[in-house]
Amino acid sequence: MNENLKKAPFSAQINLSKFNMQDFEKATDEEKRQQEVMGESTTFFKDSMRRLRKNPLAMLSIVILALLLLVIIFAPLVIPYGYADIVKGTANLHPMEYSTSELKQIANGESVFPHLFGTDSLGRDYFIRVVYGARVSLGVGIFASILVLAIGMLYGSISGYLGGKVDLVMMRIVDIIYSLPDMLLIILLAVVLNETLTPLIEGTILAKLGTNMIALFIVFGLLYWVGMARLIRGQILTIKQNEYVLAAQCIGTSTARTIRRHILPNCLSVIIITTALQIPSAIFTESYLSFLGLGVSAPMPSLGSLANDARAGMMTYPERLLFPAFAICLIVLALNLLGDGLRDAFDPKLSK
Amino acid sequence: MSSEYILEVEHLKQYFPVKNGFRTVPLKAVDDISFSIKPGETLGLVGESGCGKTTVGRTLLRLYQPTSGRIVFDGDVLFDSENKIDVKMQPYRKQMQMVFQDPYSSLNPRMTVEDIIGEPLDVHKLYSSKGERHDKIIELMETVGLNAEHATRYAHEFSGGQRQRIGIARALAVDPKFIVCDEPVSALDVSIQAQVVNMFEDLQKQRGLSYLFIAHDLLVVQHISDRIAVMYLGHMMEIAESDELMDNPIHPYTQSLLSAVPIPDPETARKSQRIILEGDVPSPLKMPSGCPFRTRCRYATEQCAREMPPFTDRGNGHMVACWNK
Repeated sequence: MNENLKKAPFSAQINLSKFNMQDFEKATDEEKRQQEVMGESTTFFKDSMRRLRKNPLAMLSIVILALLLLVIIFAPLVIPYGYADIVKGTANLHPMEYSTSELKQIANGESVFPHLFGTDSLGRDYFIRVVYGARVSLGVGIFASILVLAIGMLYGSISGYLGGKVDLVMMRIVDIIYSLPDMLLIILLAVVLNETLTPLIEGTILAKLGTNMIALFIVFGLLYWVGMARLIRGQILTIKQNEYVLAAQCIGTSTARTIRRHILPNCLSVIIITTALQIPSAIFTESYLSFLGLGVSAPMPSLGSLANDARAGMMTYPERLLFPAFAICLIVLALNLLGDGLRDAFDPKLSK
Repeated sequence: MSSEYILEVEHLKQYFPVKNGFRTVPLKAVDDISFSIKPGETLGLVGESGCGKTTVGRTLLRLYQPTSGRIVFDGDVLFDSENKIDVKMQPYRKQMQMVFQDPYSSLNPRMTVEDIIGEPLDVHKLYSSKGERHDKIIELMETVGLNAEHATRYAHEFSGGQRQRIGIARALAVDPKFIVCDEPVSALDVSIQAQVVNMFEDLQKQRGLSYLFIAHDLLVVQHISDRIAVMYLGHMMEIAESDELMDNPIHPYTQSLLSAVPIPDPETARKSQRIILEGDVPSPLKMPSGCPFRTRCRYATEQCAREMPPFTDRGNGHMVACWNK
C-alpha cells in the first residue's frame, strides 16, 4: 500500500493505511454469489396486476363478484326450491315468513327451508328466482361481451393492419351498422325469430331461454361489435407505427403471426378494459328488454323480468322490486369499478 | 450465383402518394438513385433529415413497394420495373436484414429477449429442437456482447446500447450476407456509439458482411465506411471512396456538409471556413426544377434550373452530379 497517499479532507473514503494486507481474506465463491443480486424479471401483465391489487375499490369489486358467483353457482344446489316450483299455499309471503301449512310441518318437527326473500304471487321462492335471474343476466352479459370481443377483434385488427382501401371499405360498413337503431332491430328480430325459431329449438337448453334471448345475441353479434372494432382498429393503427412491426416484416413474419405476436399483445390492456366495461352494458340491455317483456321467456326469470313482474304489487310488496334492482346495481357497479381499476392498472398514465 | 457486387441498385424511384387537398400528388422520397455495394464492403449513406436515406434502406428490403427501378441482390434480380420482375422476398429475408434506428420502439415490449432473437429462427425454421433454438440464441447473445443470463428478460429492462445489441442479434440470427443499418447509433450516447460501431466492424470481419450504413454523423460514417454516398432531397449527389470524399469533396453540398463537421482542434477550427447554406430545404412536394440543390447553391446557373445534372464519374469511381464543379 502506498504510504504517501494522502486522504483528502472531508473525504468519506476509508483510510486504508490503517489496515494490514494480512487482515484481508479472499471472498469465497459462496460469498461472491451472494453479491449477484438480480431483480426478478417482471412482465407488463404482472406489473399491472400488482397495481390492481393496490386499488381497494377494484379489489372490493372482485370480492363482491366472487361472492356473487359463489351464490349463483351453489345456491341452487343448497336450496330445495326450483325457480319454477310452485309450493301450494305459500303465495305472497314476505321475507322469512312461513305459510300456515309450513308452520304445521315445523310444529311436527320437520325442517322447512326458510323463504329468504319471501315468495311471489304464484308461491315460488323469490330468493331462488333472483339467483336464477342473476345467473341469466350475468351469463348473457359475459357471453354477449365475448361475442362482441371476438367479432370486433377480428374485424378491427384486419381493418387496422391492412389499412388502405380495405380499411376504407370495412370502416364504411361499420359506419352503416353504427347508424342502425339497435333497440328497434332487437324488437323486430324478437318478433320474427319467435315464429321461425320456436320449433327449431324445441327441447334444447335454448328453449328455456327463449327466442328473445337468441334475438338479443344475434343483435349483439350484428351490431354491438362495431364499437369494439373501431377501438381495436385505432389501437392497431398506433401500434403499427412502431419499428418492431417493421422489424417483423423485415424478418419475413407472416401477417397473421405479426398480428398475433406483435400487435394484439400490445393492445391487450385496452381489450381487457373494454370487455370488462362491455359486460355491464350488455346486462343493462338484457334487463331493459326483459323489463319490456322482450327478454327471457317465462318461467325462466331474469333480473329485468322480475322487476317488471314486481311492478304490479309494488306498494304491498316493495321488496320484490328492491331485490332484483339491488342485484342489478351490485353487479353493474362492481363490474364498472373493476373495469376502472383495470384501466388504471394497465394504463397508469391515465389515472389522476 | 455470385457477381462482382452483392447489391446493385439502378434508377430506383420511390414515390409516396400524398393527399394535398383533393388531389393526390406524389412525394418523391427517392428519385432516380443508383449505387452498388461489393461483398464485404460498407457503403455509408449520409444526408440531412428527410432526404430519403431511411426510405432507400427500407425500399431495398422491400418494406415498401418501389415505384420503379431495378434491384439486383447477389446476382438475382429482385425487382425490375421494366421487365416486370417482382420476386417473392421470403427466401431473401434470410440474406438481407436490417438494424433499426430507435432501440426503444424496435423491440416488442411484450416479448423476452429470447423470443425477440428467436423469432427469425422460428419464422425460417432454422432449428430442429427446442434445445438447438436456445443454444443458437445464447450464441447470438454472446456474439453481440450480451449476458446470456438475460435471455428471459424484457426489452425495457435494458439500456439503449444493450437494446441496440439485441436488435443486431435479431438481424444476425438468420446469418445474412447484407445488413441495412438505419442510423443504428444516432440514438445512443457517444461512448456507446463507439462500442456499437466497433462491434459492427468486428462482425463484418468475422462474417464477411456487407453494410449499407445510414447515418447523419459524418465522422461515424467516415470511420466505418469504405465508400460514402451523399443524398439530398431524394437524389444522389456524390459517391466516392471514404478518404477521397473527405479530402476532396466535389459537390458544393458535400463541401458544405463537411465544413459543418466540428474540428476537435481550436487552432485548425479557427482557420477553417464554414460554408453556410442559405434558406431551407425545399419541400419534396415542390421540388425545384433541374438540380434539387440549386436553390441553395452558390454556383447555381441557368443550366442548373433547366436540367438535372448527370451522375458522372470524375475518375477512380468518384461520381458526382453537378454541372459546375
